[in-house]
Amino acid sequence: MLIINVIAFVAIFSALMVVFHRSPMVSVVFLIVNLVCIALFFLFLHAQFLFAIQLIVYAGAIMVLFVFVVMLLNLRQEEEQRPGWRIQRALAFVAGPLLVGALWTALWRRGRSSEAFPGGFSSGFGTAEDIGRLLFNDYLFQFEAASVLLVVAMIGAVVLARRRES
Amino acid sequence: MEPSVLSLIIESLVKVVFVIGLVMGGVTYMTWVERRVAAIIQDRLGPNRVGIAGLLQPIADGLKFLFKEDVIPPHVYKPFYILAPTLIFIPSLLGSTVIPFGDSIHLFGRDIPLRVADLNVGILFIFAMSAMGVYGIALAGWASNNKFSLMGGLRSSAQLISYELAMGLSVVGVLMAAGSLRLNEVVEYQSGFHWNAFTQPIGLLCFVVAAFAETNRAPFDLPECESELVAGYHTEYSSMKFAMFMMAEYANMITAAALMVTLFFGGWQVPGLSKASLSPLAVSLIQVGAFLFKTAFFLFLFVWVRWTLPRFRFDQLMDLGWKALFPLALLQVFATGLGILKGWL
Amino acid sequence: MITSFLPLVAAVLFAIGAIGVLIRRNAIVVLMCIELMLNAVNLTFASYAYELRSMSAHVFIFFVMTVAAAEAAVGLGIVIAVFRKRQSADVDDVNLMRW
Repeated sequence: MLIINVIAFVAIFSALMVVFHRSPMVSVVFLIVNLVCIALFFLFLHAQFLFAIQLIVYAGAIMVLFVFVVMLLNLRQEEEQRPGWRIQRALAFVAGPLLVGALWTALWRRGRSSEAFPGGFSSGFGTAEDIGRLLFNDYLFQFEAASVLLVVAMIGAVVLARRRES
Repeated sequence: MEPSVLSLIIESLVKVVFVIGLVMGGVTYMTWVERRVAAIIQDRLGPNRVGIAGLLQPIADGLKFLFKEDVIPPHVYKPFYILAPTLIFIPSLLGSTVIPFGDSIHLFGRDIPLRVADLNVGILFIFAMSAMGVYGIALAGWASNNKFSLMGGLRSSAQLISYELAMGLSVVGVLMAAGSLRLNEVVEYQSGFHWNAFTQPIGLLCFVVAAFAETNRAPFDLPECESELVAGYHTEYSSMKFAMFMMAEYANMITAAALMVTLFFGGWQVPGLSKASLSPLAVSLIQVGAFLFKTAFFLFLFVWVRWTLPRFRFDQLMDLGWKALFPLALLQVFATGLGILKGWL
Repeated sequence: MITSFLPLVAAVLFAIGAIGVLIRRNAIVVLMCIELMLNAVNLTFASYAYELRSMSAHVFIFFVMTVAAAEAAVGLGIVIAVFRKRQSADVDDVNLMRW
């Protein structure tokens, strides 16, 4: 339990640093820390396969893209302040805790009523085999749709990032 | 007899110390092997003065690195500059912990499996760790605040992400055939000389090339590439921090070589060993020895290739990754699927 | 215990991500805050999967990751394209089609 508290603390701290640090590169690094924390949570939640793909896909591939773009654009200048910015900022800080409250009430109610499921884990819980079985039986159409989405995104990214010949 | 918790902890500790000791010892002596083999290939002698045949040279080098002044240039971004060498080194060590270096050994009245951790996502864990290794290089390049370092970091992140795809796909065939992500089951599947290297040669080719690229070894060492980028991402590093980059490179090589052996060359399996009537302890030791021998061969291959082939240009590197290795690895996946469907495998 | 604690952590992470989207102007950081929110949702999915002993939520996490990958690729592509045109990655500079 102590370990989970420590990881939760690190996760929230790193999330705050993502939002409030001025340098995009530092934000990226703290986001990676945050993603690794989430991966560790997955490990505690018996989701070993998700732990691995969280590290490979999220922390490994998606974040490398971010690191790459930050280095490519070499963004070092700070954001300038605009009119109306203060109001938006103040509103954001009011809305944030409200959002936590709203989410927590919704999730907490749900959490209480679910004590009717005390059963043990099946032996394959969280393994690649069982996720594969679900993906290719119950969620086959969604899986194929996801592959189409990836192809479209890939083409889109290539078209967007291409230099126009002039 | 049920093993007590204490003995399990001691057992794991001994195994961790053994594996890390093995990797670190390998790292130390790979520097010597690299320099000697390079010298032989280039018709020179190489370091042969410290100890017999220069065998104490790595220790002398290590001491030199320790006592050198640790220069931190004023223009670097300090937190990341200091963090980067650690960040590249730790994942490379962690990756080696899931590789089975033997079957199980019968000692003190019980069977001890010869691997530190038996994760049911074994191979994915290694990929995860190699994916985390990119950040060490990218951050070192960025934090150094130097155009050559930045170019090195950029190149490395683009290169590793491209070759990770080919590497992942080339392993899919092996995993399909073995029907498991556990490395030990992959090894057991290859018992009796049924090595994946024979049934999946294209996958092996893609994996070896991708592994060279993933470990930033020549002919894929564009992130450091001394003829264009001075020393790439570690231009600004000196003393022990520089040594950390070097050690991480060799540790990655060792993990990659061990992975090649595990996935394609039967791991700790020795063909025909079960026919010879030997005591179980001797069989276990021979298997560990066989694993180390095979790994040593692939480490030698790494060195051999580095001092034989010229470096790629960056566009050639990208072409090779995306236009050659990626389709070939896909082809291997389809071929393996067909083989399983027809019952050939 | 763990399943009543982690959704709270997830809620806090989600809110931090939302605040980030509202107050930051650098397009890359905004994209990162979206990743933060997606991850908070994933964490909630995983803790309910654990509590209900059901793996369907794992499949949803899988799909969320797929969508996140697609989103990051296209989003960063747009950021690069905008940066080429305007030498800036500020979301307020991209206001041509605002009204």
